[in-house]
Amino acid sequence: MNWTVIGIWLGALLSLSLYSFLYKDNPFYKFAEHLFVGMSAGYWVIYTIMNVLIPNWWNNLVPAEGGMQPIWLIPGFLGLFMVLRVVPKLSGLSRMSLALIVGTGAGLSMTAMFQTNALAQVNGTIISLGQGGGWFNWVSNIIVVAGVVCGLVYFFFSKAHTGIVGKTANVGITILMVAFGASFGYTVMARISLLIGQTQFLLFDWLPTMGIHL
Amino acid sequence: MSTFIEKLGNIDRRIIFIVMALAVIIPLAVRLTLPIPIDEGPSKNMYDAVDALPPGSTVLLSFDYDPSTMPELQPMAIALAQQLMTKDIKIVSLALWPMGVSLGNEALSYVSDSLGREEYVDWVNLGYKTGGGVLIVRMGSDIKSVFPEDYSGKSVDEIPVMDEINMLGDFDMIISLSAGDPGIPAWVMMAGDRYDIPIGGGCTAVSAPQFYPYLGTGQMLGLLGGLKGAADYETMVRIGVDDPPAGTATPGMAAQSVAHLVIMLFIILGNISYLASKKRKGGAK
Amino acid sequence: MRLAIPLMITFVAGMIMIFQFFVPATQSIGETLQEWYMIVASFAIFLGSVNLLYVHTHRIRFKGRNWKYSPVTIIGFAAMIITGLVFGIEPGKPFDYMFTQMMVPMGATMFSLLAFFVASAAFRAFRASNWRATLLLISAFVVMLGRVPIGAMIWGKIPLISEWIMQYPNMAGQRAVMIGAAMGMVATSLRMIFGIERSYLGGAD
Repeated sequence: MNWTVIGIWLGALLSLSLYSFLYKDNPFYKFAEHLFVGMSAGYWVIYTIMNVLIPNWWNNLVPAEGGMQPIWLIPGFLGLFMVLRVVPKLSGLSRMSLALIVGTGAGLSMTAMFQTNALAQVNGTIISLGQGGGWFNWVSNIIVVAGVVCGLVYFFFSKAHTGIVGKTANVGITILMVAFGASFGYTVMARISLLIGQTQFLLFDWLPTMGIHL
Repeated sequence: MSTFIEKLGNIDRRIIFIVMALAVIIPLAVRLTLPIPIDEGPSKNMYDAVDALPPGSTVLLSFDYDPSTMPELQPMAIALAQQLMTKDIKIVSLALWPMGVSLGNEALSYVSDSLGREEYVDWVNLGYKTGGGVLIVRMGSDIKSVFPEDYSGKSVDEIPVMDEINMLGDFDMIISLSAGDPGIPAWVMMAGDRYDIPIGGGCTAVSAPQFYPYLGTGQMLGLLGGLKGAADYETMVRIGVDDPPAGTATPGMAAQSVAHLVIMLFIILGNISYLASKKRKGGAK
Repeated sequence: MRLAIPLMITFVAGMIMIFQFFVPATQSIGETLQEWYMIVASFAIFLGSVNLLYVHTHRIRFKGRNWKYSPVTIIGFAAMIITGLVFGIEPGKPFDYMFTQMMVPMGATMFSLLAFFVASAAFRAFRASNWRATLLLISAFVVMLGRVPIGAMIWGKIPLISEWIMQYPNMAGQRAVMIGAAMGMVATSLRMIFGIERSYLGGAD
């Protein structure tokens, strides 16, 4: 039995089932959609067990060299508390797990985000003014500085957008529109790329199994 | 009475779907190819940065995506692995997304087999861990406590490529192939800025515009954005290579071109219909 | 009172992470906390899976909407778990085969459907209704042409203009959003750490 060909057919039939949604919602689409959800969850569980819980928790709790490290019971219990969220009487315990996750995440990302996405960006914006490269570069860098400042003013809602603030915010929204246009162009590109990838699979992997070579 | 142009605005969406499908299928089926011009920009910067690494360096390649974005990111992974392995640069890979492990294995073993490289000696896939940014910070001081084993359970102490690697700072470069969060922003924040390690990356076209600020400040060395970035990289990696392996991004760019033109045509037609309808309503007043 | 312990945990964990950034002496306790975070966060997938199984078994039991497809989800879930645990996850094993041959095409197809919907939405909704919307449209057109080979074939300067838009106006706009979001994130994080923002604990006071 040729497992590769069977695999290609499985993939192709499931892909076509999903594409059938373009005509209208139908049982083939629903079947593939439900299968995908179940398999994805299963995949995630297995990798979490094999790649995270066994090496990083169980092997620390019960090391191969013997003995037990009770300190590792704490994250184990906190993890268990999280799952207990589905038990109404015990769901309050999951707050402790969430608290650890939120506290750690907030503390860590606060400093990192402030440094990377705020300070470094302000620094980069100001420094760009000092860069040489002729008048065209200079004008381009002025657009960056003006765009950043005016864009930030646009996002500043504590003051009414009237007078000079309103005019500055208007420049900001204009720059933002150009940026959103660029993002739209890239979004279109991304979606089409995904379609191209699957079309390549159907044309160049699946059709040849039926003797059709394009 | 509505004119034809106005009625066009209410065309059945399934006709649009058929035209879109044909715009992609026909160029692929007839094997239409268009030259990929390589200009100065983030893709070229990325290539040059990797090219400047001396043989024997070690690069961390992070597979932060899943099958939903594979058509854009997998060709990048293959082209990057080809460049790195050809230059005798060792690859340590991991995944911040669980499905990135299998996709990473697929790309690395394909290139490794074609170039005669050996798993554990020239490359290793450490697997998946939960945690995103938190995990990266922990790796900054000790990788082996986070990854005591590779994805299949082999101890890292028995993996030669990991001999000299103890913390993030031991890598000469980190490259994240990112489809979202966690991905490039986490690597820039937690590894690049915190431990001063050069960061490069590839991402989906959707997220590419938001990473330009990192390129402007030098927080990222280069960036491959979407299928265009992948096609650029495939093209650059193949320069001077006899009998280069087939890629999927470069042939896809012709279909991408046609599809873009079709969508632009749709937008223009939609606007003509809108203006005609607006004019008639204005005239009626 | 029932929120006192969780709020204290959030405060202590958050402060340890902040101190770890500035005070090397707190490095060790911070590292322990990071390792615990990894493990506790992993359990979220079990919560999700238990919930998924509960929803679908409940649907089958009470013959809810689309209940006939619920066994498909449960079988798909069980198949991955069983093959993963019994045969392992290495390449060539049934688990990996099902991932490569079934999950990969399904995942890629699911998202490629968006290509059709983006075309339809662009046709119906992308209107040059005022000068700013026209600017957005022009920017989108230049970028769409500049990122594909046909753009350079139409006019050699299109890719350069497209890259200029990306590197200057786009970067300025994205940077403004980035700085604004970072400030918002800092404020929200501080509110969480100091217990002012507690909606993540269920919205109770």
